[in-house]
Amino acid sequence: MRMLTGLSPLDRKLLRDLWRMKGQALAIALVIALGVLMLVMMNGLVRSLEDTRTAYYERHRLAQVFAPLQRAPQSLLARVAVLEGVTAVAGRVTGSALINIHGQPLPLSAQAVSLPDRGEARLNDIYLTSGRRPDPSHEDEIILLQDFAKAHGLKSGDPLSATMHGARRTFRIVGLAQAPEFLYSAAPGEFVPDDARFAVIWMSQSALAAVYDMNGAFNQLLLGTSAGSSLPAILDRVDTLLEPYGGLGAYGLADHVSNRFIEEEISGLRVSSRTVPPVFLAVAAFLLNIVISRMIQSEREQIGLLKAFGYRDIEITLHYLKFIFVIAVGGALIGCLLGVISGRSLAQVYQSYYKFPFLLFQVDPMTFLIGVLVSILAAAAGGMVVLQSVFRLTPAVAMQPPAPADYSRSAALASFLKRFLDQPGRMVARRLLRQPGRAAGGVIGIAAGMSLAVAMLNVMSAFDRTLELSFSLIDRSDLSVSFVESLSDKVLYELQSIDGVIEVEPVRTVAVLFSNGQHSYRGAITGLPPAVRLNRALDVRQQTIPMRSEGVVLGTALADILQVKPGDMLSLDVREGRQPQLQVPVTGVADTLIGSPAYMALGSLNRVLREPNRVSGAYLRIDSAKQDTIYRQIKALPAIAGVSLKQEAREAFQTLIDTSAGAVRYLMAAIAGVITFGIVYNSARIAFAERARDLASLRVIGFTRGETAFVLLAELGIITLLALPLGGLFGYFLVFAISEGFSTDLYRVSAVFVPQSYGIAALAVIIAALLSGWLVKRDIDRIDLVSALKVRE
Amino acid sequence: METDKTEIAFTTAGLTKVYGEGSATVHALRGVDLQIPQGELVVLLGASGSGKSTLLNILGGLDQPSSGQVSFFEQNLSRMNDADLTLYRRDHIGFVFQFYNLMPSLTARENVELVTEIAENSLSPEEALALVGLSERMDHFPAQLSGGEQQRVAIARAVAKQPRVLFCDEPTGALDSTSGRQVMEVLQQVNRELATTVVIITHAATIAGMADRVIHFADGQIRKIDLNDQKTLAQNLVW
Repeated sequence: MRMLTGLSPLDRKLLRDLWRMKGQALAIALVIALGVLMLVMMNGLVRSLEDTRTAYYERHRLAQVFAPLQRAPQSLLARVAVLEGVTAVAGRVTGSALINIHGQPLPLSAQAVSLPDRGEARLNDIYLTSGRRPDPSHEDEIILLQDFAKAHGLKSGDPLSATMHGARRTFRIVGLAQAPEFLYSAAPGEFVPDDARFAVIWMSQSALAAVYDMNGAFNQLLLGTSAGSSLPAILDRVDTLLEPYGGLGAYGLADHVSNRFIEEEISGLRVSSRTVPPVFLAVAAFLLNIVISRMIQSEREQIGLLKAFGYRDIEITLHYLKFIFVIAVGGALIGCLLGVISGRSLAQVYQSYYKFPFLLFQVDPMTFLIGVLVSILAAAAGGMVVLQSVFRLTPAVAMQPPAPADYSRSAALASFLKRFLDQPGRMVARRLLRQPGRAAGGVIGIAAGMSLAVAMLNVMSAFDRTLELSFSLIDRSDLSVSFVESLSDKVLYELQSIDGVIEVEPVRTVAVLFSNGQHSYRGAITGLPPAVRLNRALDVRQQTIPMRSEGVVLGTALADILQVKPGDMLSLDVREGRQPQLQVPVTGVADTLIGSPAYMALGSLNRVLREPNRVSGAYLRIDSAKQDTIYRQIKALPAIAGVSLKQEAREAFQTLIDTSAGAVRYLMAAIAGVITFGIVYNSARIAFAERARDLASLRVIGFTRGETAFVLLAELGIITLLALPLGGLFGYFLVFAISEGFSTDLYRVSAVFVPQSYGIAALAVIIAALLSGWLVKRDIDRIDLVSALKVRE
Repeated sequence: METDKTEIAFTTAGLTKVYGEGSATVHALRGVDLQIPQGELVVLLGASGSGKSTLLNILGGLDQPSSGQVSFFEQNLSRMNDADLTLYRRDHIGFVFQFYNLMPSLTARENVELVTEIAENSLSPEEALALVGLSERMDHFPAQLSGGEQQRVAIARAVAKQPRVLFCDEPTGALDSTSGRQVMEVLQQVNRELATTVVIITHAATIAGMADRVIHFADGQIRKIDLNDQKTLAQNLVW
């Protein structure tokens, strides 16, 4: 007769065994869960960001092609519309502006953008979050970028003072908005967005045209293109068409600044999601393999008994596979669930950082499948190997406890051991020497966990190095000023004459299309003065790279993108002034970790532009005691496009790496820690389970609790200590893979050797070992001497 | 005794078993020639290490001989592969071990079910447990039973599938005299009522009193075989 549950006795044994081993089963399941969590979370995050971005772009009709120009009549739009592959056309007015906010020492940069007088924009429409669109009959009505408004406590109905086209005007905010083209919007000359320091002002086309003398004209062309049309062909035709109107070079969405940064962030995550989770999952799988195999080893006598009753190998195998499946699938499901939860909350961090108005969270079902399959395979492989070895034994042998291990091989060591170790010490030493394979498994397992921790800590320190190199060594200024257009270098004297300004260093930044064969990049060249001091190009030894009169020095990232090395030739397509096209040699590669800069001698740059003695900005070192008066005087200067304080830029960058991708890193570091602990704890538990009878025997023959615990814990301690250097070594190699995964075109994470991360990781392993040791010690103290010796399971 | 009519259950010829290699070689069996008739209660008597457990393991299909022949009725065990031996054990053999070898995570009833589950013509677990006098304790776990009770569960488990042969390796070795006597009573009852051939390994000579046949074992060889005309009832065994 069956019990009501209808389960076979073996299945009931399975359930009760699981319940008995629930602590350990849970620990194993959690390690699997963390590996799967990482996989599901990262893939879900990448996929969600991609889908959300695509949906946001489509809903607000983001243009495929952008073409800035000096000025063209509206009538030109009809000629553009008939170009092959063009599905939508819009011409709009844009211009730079400075916003004066009461209480702010420096003016804040803004971009003014026109909206059609009536209806929604055909391309690059806004997402109105509150208020309404401006009424073209009221020229002072504007819509303000929502996050800037939030940062300064501005709302609909408030006035706003801004300088446009050299004149100061007062506007009235009638609405707040976000837009897909300003997902990632940094002030001119800066890399990292800061809500408080960059604004977008939308005005009706007629009102903004009036401000910039653009009546009946536009200075930015937007195009929608049909799928499958050739982008380079369209860009060519648009450039030809716009040439008489001061076209500055059309470019596709891929080169649009905001989109490019988003794309780089997502592709960085995509690379991380392909490199990091597999490493975590592999470590979890390895651990699972070890744990399951040792667990089944300890069931050897029961397996022998089942065989004695006449159970077939396949029936016994299925029984243990079920056991493995419950743990592995359970762990994988927990991992999927946690992965969705943490992926979703991480995606929300991204959503708020990049200001997506909504978030589509998507998980690839394939990821679930991979996570579950890898877990099952790893667990089953561990179980199978042991089952096969048990099946090779006759039931008579399997049912007996394993014969005492032959320690005679270590007999040669006896006299040596005797001299230095007491009896428990000798037991520990002999056990380690007798079963080097098992000890090595433990060592490698712990080392693998530690390597994850080392790598993650190292990567976090590498971010600090990125900040340090960029904001302390490369840029030694206190603030930088950029002008609306290039000015005569006489402006430097004006800056120099301000009381409290210690040092002024000119700079000229020019938009350039770099190309080397099929590799190209839309960026800028920075012209540096001869005796550069404040903003420098540094080599890997952190020495200033001197600018030669010929040639460019490229940042590491740019040299990678363009696939060039010193001595190679590079084409430069300058997108300013007379737009010269140049062939120049690459004279050096600068060690840069943020952005993709390129440097030239300022004199040479001006020479090729045939604009001698021009500057577009300056780096300043100032006396901080006088900064308020300095700011006030800079604010009063004409033609200022923006002022950026290095401290603020540094903080903005810190925010970037702490929030978006940073959140991923912290989570990964935490998971690495948990996995490490899981490995150490499982090792201790298994060692205890295997030796409970031996330990009870020791207690029976008169060993104290402390002496008994020593036999087990010393072994654990030695394995842990052996794992430390190995974990450091594994970690050293893992750092390369992981830091590569975290580097984007926006910033690079260098695989540097950071001694602290090794120390901290080692400390974490030691703490985990102590904690595990303490937990196991409690169990050793509680061993029931009589039953441990009597019961043969 | 009705030995004339009785069929022979086991026949062995020149059976040897060698464990290990080189200096660690152990000759557990050194040429055993033996016949065990069906339906008898046989006691294998010998000191620890005399090879009696090895013989039992080979007869029970738990182990293979190094050389020699062993057959069960018409079946040649020494030629069977692992799968055949599994079927042989499943269909014909019951085991009782010195340390009971119950599954700790299963109740008494479930431990018996473990065997009835895969046997063709089995008693119900309840019948089997009633046979060993444990009807009242069927839903107890091994940890809740005394040693004697655990061994009786093990016997119930072994006889539930109505095996033709029941092998018992030191079934009373871990028990006190009262429990031991109870276990022997059950074994005698099984032998009588179910006509099961029962082979008991022991080093306790008193148990020999209840056997039809006592095989004395030493150094891997049979020293002598006693046939017992005056069987003692298990309850009268002097411990």
